[in-house]
Order: sequence, then C-alpha cells, then structure tokens
Amino acid sequence: MGVRKAITGAQAAAEAMRQINPDVVVAYPITPQTPIVEEFAKYVADGIVDTEMVPVESEHSAMSATVGAETAGARAMSATSSQGLALMWEVVAATPGLRLPIVMSLVNRALSAPINIHCDHSDVMGVTTVGWIQIFSENAQEVYENTLLAIRVAEDNRVQLPVMVNQDGFITSHAVEPVEIFDDALVQKFVGVRSLDRALLDVEHAKSVGPLVLPDYYFEFKRAQEEAMSKVFEVYHEVGTELSAITGKQYPFFETYRIDDAKAVVVVLNSAAGTAKAAVDAMRAQGKKVGLLKPILFRPFPYAEVREALKDIPVIGVLDRSMDFGACAPVYSEFRNALWELERRPAMQSYIYGLGGRDIMTTEIEAVFEELLSGKLDPEHQRYIGLRG
Amino acid sequence: MPTLQEIALKTTGADARIVSGHRMCSGCGIGSIVKTVLAASDKPVVVVSATGCLEVVTTIYPFTAWNTPWMHLTFENAASVASGIEAAYKVLKRRGKIDEEVNILAVGGDGGTYDIGFQALSGALERRHKFMYLVYDNEGYMNTGNQRSGATPFGANTTTVPAGKVSFGKPQWRKNLVEIAAAHRISYVAQAAVNNTMDLYKKAQKGFSADGPAVLAVLQPCPSNWSFDSSLTIQYSKLAVETNFWPLYEIENGIVHINTKPSNRKPIEDFLKGQTRFRHLFRPGNEHVIVEMQKMIDDEWARLLKLEESGIQF
Repeated sequence: MGVRKAITGAQAAAEAMRQINPDVVVAYPITPQTPIVEEFAKYVADGIVDTEMVPVESEHSAMSATVGAETAGARAMSATSSQGLALMWEVVAATPGLRLPIVMSLVNRALSAPINIHCDHSDVMGVTTVGWIQIFSENAQEVYENTLLAIRVAEDNRVQLPVMVNQDGFITSHAVEPVEIFDDALVQKFVGVRSLDRALLDVEHAKSVGPLVLPDYYFEFKRAQEEAMSKVFEVYHEVGTELSAITGKQYPFFETYRIDDAKAVVVVLNSAAGTAKAAVDAMRAQGKKVGLLKPILFRPFPYAEVREALKDIPVIGVLDRSMDFGACAPVYSEFRNALWELERRPAMQSYIYGLGGRDIMTTEIEAVFEELLSGKLDPEHQRYIGLRG
Repeated sequence: MPTLQEIALKTTGADARIVSGHRMCSGCGIGSIVKTVLAASDKPVVVVSATGCLEVVTTIYPFTAWNTPWMHLTFENAASVASGIEAAYKVLKRRGKIDEEVNILAVGGDGGTYDIGFQALSGALERRHKFMYLVYDNEGYMNTGNQRSGATPFGANTTTVPAGKVSFGKPQWRKNLVEIAAAHRISYVAQAAVNNTMDLYKKAQKGFSADGPAVLAVLQPCPSNWSFDSSLTIQYSKLAVETNFWPLYEIENGIVHINTKPSNRKPIEDFLKGQTRFRHLFRPGNEHVIVEMQKMIDDEWARLLKLEESGIQF
C-alpha cells in the first residue's frame, strides 16, 4: 500500500520524477506543463533529489540538452506542451533514430493558431509518426504509474526508444485528485539505474554518435527502429507485470469498460474516458448496452488486440480531440485500420470534440451512444460534439 | 609550451584524436584547426559537432575519423547538447558512476554559430556550463555552396546575395561574435586563425582551463567557395591577419589583449585579390566598396587598440 496524497496531474508526474531521481532534468516553462518542472525544481532546491537540473532558454534547447545528457550516459527527462513540442519537433524526431530512452511528460494543449492554452491532442498527434512510444493517461494516478512504467520500457535493451507520457492540460494537470504514491524504496528498486553501456562519457570506448548516413545505410537504421518498436508490446507487458507487484494494478494496452455484451462502444483518449465511463453507467442504468474502449498505448498501436476486443461490437464511435484536416481524424483512422481485417466489420462514426479545451459533458456522450444505437450514421463525414451552431 | 613539431606529432598518427581518412576538401584548414585544439587538451575530449563541413566529412557511416567520443545531433544546438553533456558529466561524477576527468568541446561553423545556433550558444554561456565552443569561421554556408551568413563580410558575393548589376554583394558588416561572447562576462574569449598554430594552441589551452565556458573563433579560408588555389589557405589566413581584417586577440577575464600587431598593415586589396567572392569589387563602379571596407577595418582596429589601451574590463 502506498500513501494517498491530494495532488494534481502535474504533481503526480513530478512525484514519479522525485522517486526516479533522474540524473538530469532539462526543461523550459510552458503552460500547462510548467507546474511539473516547478514542483521538481523545489525538490532540487530542498535536496530531496540530487538531479542536475538545467533550465534552458527554449524547448529546442531543452530537448537538445536532454539528448546530450542521455547520450553522455545520464537518465535524462523533460516535459513540455503544445508550442513547446512544436518548437522541439526537429530534435524530438531525431531522438528515436539515436535510440535514446528519454521519458518526457507531454501535457496536451491545443496548437496555435489561434493561440489557446487549453487541452486538445493536436500537439501529440503531430508527432505520432516520428517513433516515440506514446502512452496516454486518464487521470493523475495513471500519470504517476505510467511515468514509472515508461522509464523501464524505454530503457529495456530490446527497445531503447523514447517515451511520451500524455495527460490532458488543465483537466488533469491542474485538477487535484487523490493519488496513491507507492513506497519510495520499492519504486526505486523497480526503476533501477540506467546502464552506462552506451555512454559517450565512457571515454575508454570512444564512439561516434549521430553520423551522416547516406542512402546506402539510412534505410537499415529506420528498419531497425521499427523492429525495436515492435518489441515494445512484450516489454510493456513484462514491465507492467513487475509494476503490478507494487501497485496491484494491471497495465493493459487499452482499457475496456463494460463492452462484453455492448451494442455500441465509444473510443476516447485521456480524461474524457472518465466522463465516458459515467455516460456508460448512466446508459447501462437505463438498460442500454454500451461500453468504452480507452487507448493507453497508442504507439506502437496494438492493432491485433484492439481487433480482438472489438470483434463482436456492431457499432463503434471514435472521439478525437484533434483533427487531421482534410483526412480522417487520427484515433478514428487507427481504429478503422485495426478493424479492416474483421470478417464482419462494425459500423463506425468519427466524432470531433473538445478542441481548444471545450468541455465535453456526460450528456453529450450519452447523445453519441443514442446516435450509435439508432444506426443513423454517416461514415463519409465526421461529426462535431458541442460545436456552436 | 610544446614546439610546433611536438604539436604536429600530437595531431598525427594512430593516437591523434582525428585520424586520417576523413573527406575534407583539398586545402581545407578545418582539420588543422580542430586537431590543434584537441591536442591542447591534456584530458580526454568529448566533442559535439553542429551540422556542417566538419560533421559531414568526418563521419560518413560506417566510417568515422574520430578517435575521441564524438556526437552530432542537429544544426543549431551544439551548445545545448554540450550543456546536457556537461550536466550529465557533473552528476555522474557526483554519483560515483564515472571517475575520469574530461573536457567538452562544441564545434560549429559560422552558420551554426553566428546564425542558427546563436540562441543556443548564448543560453549555454549564460548558464556557465564548463565547455569550450569552437567556431571555424569560413564566412558563410560553405558546406552547401557559399550562401550568406551573419559572418559573411561586407562586399562578398554569395549565392543568396549575389553581386549583380545593381548589387555589390553583401551590403552589411559581419557580427562581432567575440565581443558578443565576451558580453556574457565569461572568462575567456579569443580570436585565432588557421595560419598561426602556436597562437591557436595556446588559446585552446587557455579555453580548456577557463573557469566556465570559453569561446574560440578561428578564421578558416575556404578554398572551395572563396575560390582560390588549395595551396593558398594559410596564405589567405595570414593576409587576413596582416590586413587587420581578422585581428588575433583575446579577452581574458574581460581584459582585451591583441596578440599580433602588424607593424605595417597591408591594404585590404591584398586579401581580396584572387578570391572569386570579391572579384566583382575590382570592376569599375565598385571602387567605393573597397574604400568603405578599408575604412571600416581601420576604424575597427583603432577601436580594438583603444579597448586594449584602456585596460577597461569588458
């Protein structure tokens, strides 16, 4: 059993970082990520951790210095949101190719323009193609546990890839919830220390990292990266089992909620999944057979497992908190892909909700379920929840 | 202080920190500059290269010319990467995970330093990371074929600001990177040139032993894009110093010291002649450009002498 603390999602990320006590933390302030690094900076100032903290002059430098530290042999972490992720994109994209197991908190916030500081997923959905492992968190508790899990998955020798741990800006990052923090010693034994096997600072074994690679070898580098990504599933499962021994929880690739006999299922990421659970309960109380699938591991995407979980569901609505302008929305696309192989494919409907932090209510999700159950779908067009008329 | 011969021995052979087999252009001085700087460190050196000539010619996979730990990330962030390495070095030593002493060297060309890497450099200097930043300055984006940079001199013809019927080439003066670096109140900043190995070696030694960050700016005439015979690199570097176009000086704990004062400064035409990038300045109608360039060089030199004479802390 751990200790229950009333903390925010941002503080939950910082709590995980406190227990990890990374060698290096590099960050630049950006709303709504800032409270993570502020909280962590207090731990540094009070000697609770002995991390080397580098407060840099931009997010581009934040990820660059994180990469420098990680290449040198340190366990290095960072955190960002939205514009910050956009500014560091170049280095974010370079990191998986260098096979650096960096773990970064991403507090999801809408991308400009227009400028907006509130939650949506347009930041993360702009980087899902570059090779980071993407883990999503419904609430502060999951933020905390996913951060611990991420360190071990990233650093496993079969993987050696970076991880973003996502949480919803403000909704999760700034809302206080009870969070169970597990025993420091147990957690520290679980996270361990990073091996110096590949360290640039191992000067006896000089390495050249990040060379120019031309058409004769570049392709092979990228193929090897994909191979490492494919190993994530087994590693995630193993590490999750180990973490269960401390937390008593399960770490599936996605969570299903009351889907066994469901006639309609909604798919939604992060905090809105909590809202959707309340909507499912309300519908079930009326005798309507509905359920929820909440993706957790979004990269790599568990196509086969999703297909198996949804194979008997006749109607599926996928709720996206970002758009892919002129194309299918990102979460919807993945689920359509996953279900293509089914002999009896379900009817599907794409919904967009919550852009720029617009709230989504249980009643709106109930209306989605009603629509799905009614069969009045329009697969050619995405629908918008809570948009001004 | 070792002799020139002793320095040469440290920069060649199997124990050198850059070994033969790299792909630098014929006559390029970047190899001499980086080897000399690396030889000046009595500790192992961890090197970060910005994207640019040095990175491209030393590492084409699966080969490497580096006999010392080396990394490259992207173009504009060598100083930020060095910041991260230094942070890792401090904490890994503190935690007893490593015990060897090292020096950290970030290297960029002028594009990766004066322009796109400027913010990262300023941030790293302000944070006082213990590392040396070396810029090999060939006055433009030479790796990609002579585009204009913030270090390109007034009047130069580049592919992005070409000389033409109504243009004499670059209409602005270059940035003064050395003074900008010194304005961060770091303890050592110096300007050197590829023709003077002893001076460069001494400055590199001082930079490595500085308390905090150090910046070393080294002129590197580019035979490929300044377009002169590849046997003349050292000659052009020497002329840059003798014309006061590129004075050799250092700012140590804020105090300016000029290392070489030409007794009879040569006219700037001596440096410009024979370089394709300045050829148009010798055509009728462009005389005023050379006059203006000469005046600026003389004014800058007078200013530098005054700075030195005053003894005022920079």
